[in-house]
Amino acid sequence: MYDVIIIGAGPAGLTAAVYAARKKLSTLVISENIGGQAALSSDIENYLGFQFVTGADLVQKFEEHIKEFDIDLELGSNVKSITEIAGGFEVETKEDRYNGRVVVIASGKIPKRLNISGEKEFLGKGVTYCATCDAPLFSRKDVAVIGGGNSALDATLQSTKIANKIYLININPKLGGDEVVKEKIEAAENVTILNSTETLKIKGEVFVQQLKIKDIISGLETNLDVQGVFIEIGSIPSVNFVPSSIKRNEIGEIIVDARNRTNITGIFACGDVTEVLEKQIIIAAGEGSKAALGAYEYLARTKDGR
Amino acid sequence: MKVTVYSTPTCPYCKMTKDFLKENNIEFKDIDVSEDQEAAKKMVEKSEHMGVPQIEIDGTILVGFDKEALKKELGL
Repeated sequence: MYDVIIIGAGPAGLTAAVYAARKKLSTLVISENIGGQAALSSDIENYLGFQFVTGADLVQKFEEHIKEFDIDLELGSNVKSITEIAGGFEVETKEDRYNGRVVVIASGKIPKRLNISGEKEFLGKGVTYCATCDAPLFSRKDVAVIGGGNSALDATLQSTKIANKIYLININPKLGGDEVVKEKIEAAENVTILNSTETLKIKGEVFVQQLKIKDIISGLETNLDVQGVFIEIGSIPSVNFVPSSIKRNEIGEIIVDARNRTNITGIFACGDVTEVLEKQIIIAAGEGSKAALGAYEYLARTKDGR
Repeated sequence: MKVTVYSTPTCPYCKMTKDFLKENNIEFKDIDVSEDQEAAKKMVEKSEHMGVPQIEIDGTILVGFDKEALKKELGL
């Protein structure tokens, strides 16, 4: 039985792993991917010690760092459930079962779906939730980015160097996100910003060909000829596997106390999956360290059985 | 066995795929489709899928990093 099983390998989970390993706790990290949302950020300019770093490079650094320690890393695995057993918990994935005395949930967030016609059908046929990954495949094509926050701005900015024409489709009257990025996008010649615009339908044959949109103010519906649709409308906590006995807030985020304890003794949570006020790489990392130290303190206290 | 990975440098799942192949001592050819537009076009035509990574194993194409599917196809 592991001392600690950490679910998720973004900044929160990986920092928790380093802190746990340095306390000589036997540690397993289970995750679908490494880096989580951080790996998908193109430009990071607010993580201390790095004036500028890409998400991929920062995650590479994280990975090198954790490999210094005796940490078991199970990647490409989706956790299905967490069940209480004698002396700890059983964490079940599609392929295996693992036992741990303590569980740290650091599963972060996953992209929100638009829930419109054609979205599922054309996933991988022009529709993507990972502009960072797939944008290079849309070289000299016309694309639409859906959203108005930082991730949509980020996807738009990346596309300006690759795609022919980019429509930024924002349901709100104004763009959100960072001013610096907004200015760059407004200055780009190949970007058309469509505010107060709803996305209705994605159409095509084998691949995406058209996007049906609606001007909310005038009610006018139009079709845009695009080959790519990058959906960047925010994210929801990744909690499918989390037992219903763990308390969450109205938007599904796990409720934790100052020591990152959930309401279930022995289960901790940290990072973007929790109700922590801001979702930032540096905050997730800090929360990860708190959760691991909380777990260490708990294990030390309950050493002689629980 | 002939293995080709179609990838982009910014895609974390591509890196995970390549790391997985390396860990299992599988030799593969890595094609960066952000650089090689011709290869990108061919990849999309062949798989009818616009996304990376794509892994071609003796003519069979797998889309995305799916460890179990890879193991099965590679006979691991």
